[in-house]
Order: sequence, then C-alpha cells, then structure tokens
Amino acid sequence: MSQISVRVDGVDYVDEVEPRTLLVHYLREQLGKVGTVVGCDTSNCGACTVHLDGEAVKSCTVLAVQADGAEVTTIEGVGRDGALHPVQKAFHEMHGLQCGFCTPGMIMASIDLLADNADPSEDEVREGIEGNLCRCTGYQNIVRAVQAAAAEMGTAEMGTGAQA
Amino acid sequence: MIPAPFAYARPTSVDEALQAIADGGEDVKILAGGQSLIPVMRLRLAAPETVVDLGRVAGLRGVREEDDAIVVGAMTTHSDVIADPLVQQWAPIVAQATETVADRQVRHRGTFGGALAHADPAGDLPAVALALEAEFVIAGLSGRRTVPAVEFFVDYLTTALEEGELLVEIRLPKLAGTWGMHYEKFNRVAQAWSIVAVAALVRREGDRIAEARIGLTNMGPTPLRASAAEAALAGVPATREAVAEAAAHAAENTSPSSDLNAQADYRHHLAQVLTRRAVIAAAGL
Repeated sequence: MSQISVRVDGVDYVDEVEPRTLLVHYLREQLGKVGTVVGCDTSNCGACTVHLDGEAVKSCTVLAVQADGAEVTTIEGVGRDGALHPVQKAFHEMHGLQCGFCTPGMIMASIDLLADNADPSEDEVREGIEGNLCRCTGYQNIVRAVQAAAAEMGTAEMGTGAQA
Repeated sequence: MIPAPFAYARPTSVDEALQAIADGGEDVKILAGGQSLIPVMRLRLAAPETVVDLGRVAGLRGVREEDDAIVVGAMTTHSDVIADPLVQQWAPIVAQATETVADRQVRHRGTFGGALAHADPAGDLPAVALALEAEFVIAGLSGRRTVPAVEFFVDYLTTALEEGELLVEIRLPKLAGTWGMHYEKFNRVAQAWSIVAVAALVRREGDRIAEARIGLTNMGPTPLRASAAEAALAGVPATREAVAEAAAHAAENTSPSSDLNAQADYRHHLAQVLTRRAVIAAAGL
C-alpha cells in the first residue's frame, strides 16, 4: 500500500491505496465521488474525465498514486454555493444529454476547453471534446450547450471587467 | 479491469530511476504519462513486476535551446510540446503532428519521450522524429549515449533502448527557416490512430526542390523513410506535377499490415497520395 495526500473538490484526504488503484476507482469507491463514472475499459470514452491540477484527464488512465500531492476536481466540485456551473446549466438548458452517462465527462472536458479557448467555433468545440463519446445525442445539443456556456461565461467575465 | 498488482517506485532523479529499474526484478515497466501503459496493464496485456514512475524525476520536463538543436525532455507532455515557443519556431511539424495525437485529456498526460519509446508504428511522433533526423539521448547505469533516429526504431514496439536504460531527452535539429515541413494524417474518426500518415520536410533552392525527407507512419513495423520518393524529389522543379510524379514512389520498400482499418494495398495507395499532399504543403506549392 502507498499513502497519498490529495485534495478533491476542495477537501484534503490522506489515504492508503494499492499502487494499482486507478484514480477513478479511488474517487468512487474510497471517497464516494460517484458523480464520476466509468464508461469503457479502453481510455476512449472520456466519461471519467476529471481535472488533475487544473487539466482534464481520463481518471481511468491515471493511477491514484500519481495524484499524490495534486488537486482533483470532479463534476461534484464544479458548482458554487449550490448553484450549477455555467456549463452544467447550459447542458441542462440546451438539452445536451439524453441518458446522461457521458455528461459528467462532457462537462469536465468542456470546462477544460473553455479555459483555453473562451469562444470556440463549432469545429473547435467538436475537436475539443473529441475525447468524449456520447452514444445518444449525435452531439448537436452538446455543441450548442458548450457554445451557450461560452457566451454566458464571456458575458459574465465582461461584467466583472467593467466593474473592476 | 484493474491492473495486476505491482511494486511501485517513484524516483526523483535520473540516477535513482536507473537504480530503481535495476532493482525492479525481471519485468520492469517505466511509467511516463501512462496513456499507453496503463490501458495495456488494465487489459492485463502487461503485468509488470515493478512500475518505475518518472513523474517526479526532476529535469526531464521542458524544452531548451542548445546550439543548432532544441532539446525536448522525455517527460514533456504533448500539450506542453504543442504550446512550446521553441518547438513552434524550430520544429513546427512536431507541434502539428502532436496536435493530432489522441485527444485533449490524453495529450495532458502523454509525453513526447513516452510516445517515442513506446514506438507504436501507428503513433504519429516516431515518423516525425525519423524525418527530422532527431537524436535520442539514452541514460544507463554506465553513462549516456546518443542514438540517431534511424537506429532508434528497431522493430514493432521495439527500440534501441536496452534493458535498464532510460530515454532522457530528444534533440531536434533547428530546420525551420531552411526547410518547410508538414504532417499529413489520414484516419477514420476523431481520436483514432493514423491509418497512414506522412511527415514531409522540403528544402528548396529557388524554383527547385534541393532535398526532401519523408517519414511514413504505419507503413511497416517501424516508422520508415520513403527513400525512393526522396531520391526522386532531389533536384526536380518545385511544381505540383513533379511532386506528384515523385510521390508515386512513396510506398516502395514498405511493408504495411492489413487490419480492420485498411488492407495493405490501400495503405500503399494512401502513402502516395499523402506524400504528394505533404510535400506540396511543405514546399509551399
């Protein structure tokens, strides 16, 4: 067993893990963060996407020991004070999901994309979320949701800027 | 699935890493970004006795300038390579090819050195390194050695790295400015591996092509140079017609596999078409 210290959704944890434990299993089974799901066994689907030190990663393809000393944000930690994150809200409003299984990963990948590109074109959104598979929606409403979130976050930022 | 149990070592220096590899037993795997290794361990296609994690080894990340080369640390992530100003200035084809690797999440973790040491013939970076004539700096317990790209890729998933050795950095010659370069990739869907891809470097002298270097992805068990096409391009007028004629030689002496994505003869065809496109783009035609 190895000891890890990790900050997950703003809370510090010190835990014993087997070196072979995947980060996603640590999150789900030891911490109960079941908002992050496992969709495939091949690193393709992206459903398990979380942020590791601010960057989107597939948590099924990271060992928990590799997250030692790092900060992890899951879908459970993106909302603030009970309010949905703008990307969560946009997925809800634009109906960017049907069964919802891919949604946690889609939202985490989209937040990561918007951090690099605040106003992505439709093509840029599609490329930006190429690591996430949705088998229900045909992606149309997902792309709309990401662009709607970008617009809202852009407006919010402008508001902040004017105030400052 | 969950990987089989293994002993885990997390060294903090190259020397410690080499010692951990030496002490790790019969079957040691080196963990760089883990984006190829962890999937195969999860599928139990690999069940190493010891995993040596390079994540905390100092000095293996980042890109620096050294005379006529830029030196990329083996643990530099794909996303850091793409964003690196030295790479963009001196070896833009590396950034261009790296942007096509997998997806954002994988590029955040996967590393330049890891992809090269894994030496998957469908991987995008080996053919680019081969066309650039990159040099591979390898550390072992008895010291360091430098291996040219043409000797580094030995066979399917096999490199010149001996047991107990570690790829520490890759030297890329500063060719941009004198050479034009372009990576042309053909694949089926997002995040898929290359069915075939071509890395082309072209040096023009006025209205002629003086020299060309062409690296082929997935046209054999290792990345290959399209030597016949390179020879056919030397000295020809820099026109689309001349390039097309020379590119028809691109598949000579290759041995692509047939698989679910493409038959070998289709790959032969693709190599010619993609070489024409890549050379035309690299030559600015």
